[in-house]
Amino acid sequence: MTRERLLTFALLAALLALPFAAQALGYPFYTTLATRMAILALAATGLNIALGLGGLVSFGHAAFFGIGGYAAGIVATHAMNAQPLLGLDIPASMPLVWLLAALSAGLVAAITGAISLRTSGVYFIMITLAFAQMIFYFAISWKAYGGEDGLSIALRNGFPGMNTAVPRDLFMIAFALLLAGLLIFWRVRVSRFGAALHAARQNELRVAAIGIEPFPIRLVAFVVSAMITAVAGAMFAELNRFASPSMLAWPMSGELIVLIILGGTGRLAGPVAGAMLYVMLEYWLGSITERWQFFLGLTLLGVVLFARGGIVGLVAGKARHG
Amino acid sequence: MADPVLEIRDLAKSFDALKATDGVSLDLRPGEIHALIGPNGAGKTTLMHQISGALRPDSGSIRFLGQDVLPLGIAARARLGLGRTFQVSSLIPEFSALRNVMLAAQARQGSSFRFLRNVMHDRTLLDAAGAALDRVGLTDRASVAAAELSHGERRQLEIAIAIALGARAFLLDEPMAGMGPEGSRTLTAFLDKLRAEAPILLVEHDMDAVFALADRVSVLVYGRIIASGSVAEIRNDPAVREAYLGDGA
Repeated sequence: MTRERLLTFALLAALLALPFAAQALGYPFYTTLATRMAILALAATGLNIALGLGGLVSFGHAAFFGIGGYAAGIVATHAMNAQPLLGLDIPASMPLVWLLAALSAGLVAAITGAISLRTSGVYFIMITLAFAQMIFYFAISWKAYGGEDGLSIALRNGFPGMNTAVPRDLFMIAFALLLAGLLIFWRVRVSRFGAALHAARQNELRVAAIGIEPFPIRLVAFVVSAMITAVAGAMFAELNRFASPSMLAWPMSGELIVLIILGGTGRLAGPVAGAMLYVMLEYWLGSITERWQFFLGLTLLGVVLFARGGIVGLVAGKARHG
Repeated sequence: MADPVLEIRDLAKSFDALKATDGVSLDLRPGEIHALIGPNGAGKTTLMHQISGALRPDSGSIRFLGQDVLPLGIAARARLGLGRTFQVSSLIPEFSALRNVMLAAQARQGSSFRFLRNVMHDRTLLDAAGAALDRVGLTDRASVAAAELSHGERRQLEIAIAIALGARAFLLDEPMAGMGPEGSRTLTAFLDKLRAEAPILLVEHDMDAVFALADRVSVLVYGRIIASGSVAEIRNDPAVREAYLGDGA
């Protein structure tokens, strides 16, 4: 087994063990931290397809994260008040939320991606940011769904056979989604599609000169990436029982990029390592000082200057591409 | 005479006041090597860019296999079978030599929208790529990242990629550039055989190679073709001697 694979298993095992250890040691709150780690890791795994594999530095993935959050909030609200949604009576069901989250984020990504992928570099970063901010301002002006106050989820949506009000059940659902997200990332990376995507990141002209159009490849990657991040956003809102407009705002996009850089860009375990470190710093440093983000900044600086491959790069060395 | 594979008529391209391509017409016929020579700045690479689709000409026509390819982009022309190599090697640097060629084999097979199978277990790609690497003599270096190959090996890899994508015509932009005498001789022998597979439009500065290989030679000076003919005709053309070859040739 390669060191990278070993690291991936070790990180996932540690994450899975955390809620159980927390329970045994009498810190049940850590289950919530572990759930937060899993959800942020999933969101960053989505972004890692666009950013890590495709080199598409999207500074607008908060939009997809937030769309997922609002899907959870809207379904929960309608189900709670027994209001039909688009003329349909809907159950308070997580799988339904995920479907809605993925489809709406996928649609938005297809439209915004079709426009923004005609640019590259700084222009791509700025145009994805602009689209995300448009969606943010749309959300805070949408009074029916809370406007600036966001949308509370009084009762989490349900999942068959689980009690989503129980922290550990919620964790298990989030963890299973993370595994599914990682599986998708891994298959994409090793597939023909992934080869074309990865190659287009390195040398667009060469890819075109052998007869592969980079644009549709990137667009599909962008859409898949958005869909995964949206499902994570839905779980984030469920965890907090709150779909917040801040999920849609640009600092969230930055946070997802930071997670990936900390963990290792384009690496399978990168978002997992990044999210675990980030939540730990946020919690422990946050309990010591309000200025914990200063230390996060120092950590990020250290990684960018001395460990370009992030945590995964430090442990497992440079990525190999066969 | 057989229909030309590639037919260029009255092609023109200007950059502001500079006429980089000035009414160029040339043909590439089945089985031939047509060499395009000319001094630096004559517009050879600009012409190659227009044929491959990287640049749009201002006027004129380019037909490939009887089809007007001007409306098509680079990728679409490559899918038709225009196999181009670059003057400065253009490869996927982090991919191994094998994976660079596999990507071309993948493009040839059509779909890159496949998500389930691991490419590294895809026999059809591995076999096609392995065969192409073998032909250019890079089998030993298959697992080396393109960025770590020597200059000459990268030139060979470019040709392996053009072979693997099933080129119906090769556009080779200075394949010998920067190769030692030994490498040039090997490559000359290789191209000599390659023409049976698909005709070659060869831009080259190495006159030994050009005179050894070319069925026809066209001389490009300041964007215009000043002479076109067999090797013997070109060697004895006074205008060419003056413009390019120098009196010693």
